[in-house]
Amino acid sequence: MTCSALKVLSWCGAMAGLIAGALVAPTPSARAAGVLKVAMTAGDLPVTTGNPDQGFEGFRFVGWNLYDALINWDLSKSDRASDIKPGLATEWHVDPANHKRWIFTLRQGVKWHDGCDFTADDVVWNFQRISDPKAPQFFTQQFALSRAYLTNFDNIEKIDDHSVAITTKFVESLFPYDMSYVLMISRCRAQALNYDWTAYANQPSGTGPYRFASMTAHERMELVPNNDYWDKARVPKQDRLVLLPTPEAATRTAALLSGQVNFIEAPAPDAIPVLKRAAMQIVSNAYPHNWPYILNFTRGPFTDLRVRQAANYAINRDDVVDLVGGMATPEYAEVPPTLPYYGHPVIYKFDKAKARALLKDANCLPCKVTLAISTSGSGQMQSLPMNELVKQQLEDAGFEVTLNVMDWNALLDVSRSGVPKYPNVDGMNASRGLLDPVSAIIKPVATAYWSPAGSNWGHFGTPEADALVKQIFEEFEPEQRLALLTRLHEYESEQALMIFVVHDLNPRALSPKVHGFVQAQNWFQDLTPITVDP
Amino acid sequence: MLGYVIRRVLFAIPIALGVSVVCFSLVYLAPGDPLQTVLPPDATAETIAIVKHAYGFDRPIPVQYAIWLWHVLHGDFGRSIASQRAVTLEVFGALGNTAMLALFAAPLSFMVGYGMGALAGCFPGQATDRIVTGAAVIGVSLPNYWLGLVLVIIFAVEYMVLPASGMGQSGSAAFTLWHWSDAQFLVLPVITLAMIPIGIIARTTRAAVAEVRSQDFVTTLRAMGLGEGAVIRHVLKNASPQVLAVMGLQFGYLMGGSILVETVFTWPGSGFLLFKAIINRDIPVLQGTILALSLIFVATNLVVDLLQAVLDPRIRRA
Repeated sequence: MTCSALKVLSWCGAMAGLIAGALVAPTPSARAAGVLKVAMTAGDLPVTTGNPDQGFEGFRFVGWNLYDALINWDLSKSDRASDIKPGLATEWHVDPANHKRWIFTLRQGVKWHDGCDFTADDVVWNFQRISDPKAPQFFTQQFALSRAYLTNFDNIEKIDDHSVAITTKFVESLFPYDMSYVLMISRCRAQALNYDWTAYANQPSGTGPYRFASMTAHERMELVPNNDYWDKARVPKQDRLVLLPTPEAATRTAALLSGQVNFIEAPAPDAIPVLKRAAMQIVSNAYPHNWPYILNFTRGPFTDLRVRQAANYAINRDDVVDLVGGMATPEYAEVPPTLPYYGHPVIYKFDKAKARALLKDANCLPCKVTLAISTSGSGQMQSLPMNELVKQQLEDAGFEVTLNVMDWNALLDVSRSGVPKYPNVDGMNASRGLLDPVSAIIKPVATAYWSPAGSNWGHFGTPEADALVKQIFEEFEPEQRLALLTRLHEYESEQALMIFVVHDLNPRALSPKVHGFVQAQNWFQDLTPITVDP
Repeated sequence: MLGYVIRRVLFAIPIALGVSVVCFSLVYLAPGDPLQTVLPPDATAETIAIVKHAYGFDRPIPVQYAIWLWHVLHGDFGRSIASQRAVTLEVFGALGNTAMLALFAAPLSFMVGYGMGALAGCFPGQATDRIVTGAAVIGVSLPNYWLGLVLVIIFAVEYMVLPASGMGQSGSAAFTLWHWSDAQFLVLPVITLAMIPIGIIARTTRAAVAEVRSQDFVTTLRAMGLGEGAVIRHVLKNASPQVLAVMGLQFGYLMGGSILVETVFTWPGSGFLLFKAIINRDIPVLQGTILALSLIFVATNLVVDLLQAVLDPRIRRA
């Protein structure tokens, strides 16, 4: 036998060995004991240098596990909308003499994962890191990732070892919500590494319930419990948390069914019956999310209230819910009914005849509109089939819809630039996170937030809305502010501010071996109570 | 021969330079902002200006290209916008993982495809030919992401004998080819990846062998009294330049990594890296990965051209 023939045979042998071995070797499934393995929808691991990227999923799995903010979110309940609670600050209040100045009392006895004490200097240092380009610790990436939450931040000062004061640019009673998105990292560790942020990313140090254990770039991150966590009720109950970016929904499902992971985010609706048959737990809950069309108020048909109302009456939301396998609820107003400022908005029940009559009255029949949509994207649900269904429903009522289909990043550009750059787009399908009242109902209507410098994409603006927003920002009594927020939400519904379609229910699938997960009505979730059977 | 080698290498230089221009400029043609993954949706003009300046995106594109090319020539592909890691490490780490797949998928597809094609070419028009050709058409036509998912459903979900995704029990950093617990992660992506090259190589080999078999010299060989085995050896040798060219292209395809296959199996190779860079508009990673893959293609074609010249002296005289 010649040498080349032997080589060929050895290749064949290697491949045959691999395949034969596959048929007899045990599966890697279910070997873990007390290890929570999560398949995330993110395409990559979130950054670990403070505020994470990868949207709120980055916060959910990395940000809130490694770090704390001055103000955290209460994620312990599933039966009510979650709200903010003390984090690294035990208390905060506005200065009675200056409503732009907020005093934060800091938690004592907290230690960073590296053993250093948490101090007021750390807080000042952290804010400089993300806001002051002249500070040695300034980090452009974190500046960019934190910017959305610092629009009203002006400066910070240390009052004493246990308190700091933050001054805002304008009076805003809801400012504490912004502070719940600014995560604190260890000054001690960053200085020890000479502000080498690439090195820091591989050995991050926070005060959160998990410590960083290891990371293989792009593939997996492992966190272990921080047994010295200051909130003893939230010391993780599992041995280890493994995070795996798995952007393909079918791959996540297969990984769960084969036992490679025991917790997956967002299974595809058509996979849910299969998962249920395999005894997997499907958990879902209302949360502050909506899937609407945001409208152009500068030109085009949607400047007419009757056309906006017609579009809302044209939507058969129950059909859309059916399309996503029941993993959504009909959306009749901007926020879901579970939020305290929902109030009594107009309920735009499906009524095709009424929609057509309104269009006729508005002299817009057929009513030609162009809607920008994405093929996929964060929070976009089953974007293409849902948009096709909505297009069909709108056209049944007298609209003539052109869908301008683009990828998620292109839609982000439309979203960021707003109607000044895209005047010919009449509406844009972009899901929204409605965690706090400012993001949920204030930014979309106040003229101060007109795009491109703000997220009022379509330049909605009325004196009534601006007056209400001003009242809300200047009202520091929670009950009275809630009444004003409720009124604003009802007003936006009366104005048919968007084409309301559905609220996502955020399904997750868990192995039957996973116990103790409480799905909060929030984009963020607490993984610390979870236990995993061996 | 030396002159031919020098000539071909010199031809490759302007091709590589052209590829670098295309790689750099292509990503700017796609809609979307390279900084939108780090910038908030309501970033002010001041914020955008600070961040653009920090990342160097405020300079004219030709200037950016010149700076980028200068750094690339010094082995520095820049830094990832998302991870802040050096692109060189990102790209070569991913290429190593893709090469692992290619090193198994290439011999599998070359051997099976060549064997099938040779078999069909030796019996043109007969049942063997029809079966092999049909199988090759199926191999080429099957969408590999679909095949990957079907294999996962059968072997990972139903029979639970192979893992569904990933690279090793603890990720690529701890991957050990010699331990079955890690090596088993290769099986499904390798088979999936090899399927299309098997079909293409089988069809090409079949056509080349059938064509050579019909040439006069084969009749002459038989008239000279050579046995059928010896005739087939001559036929295969004469068909090999054409097959080799296709194998070279397929090797380039395998080394390039398949975005779909690597995404389905979450295999941390160059295809998956490219997918993430596209999703995140991580331009330095996108440019670095495309450039590296393009240069691999250029180099592979160069090697194939030289091999063809070795096998067929007429080529180097042309």
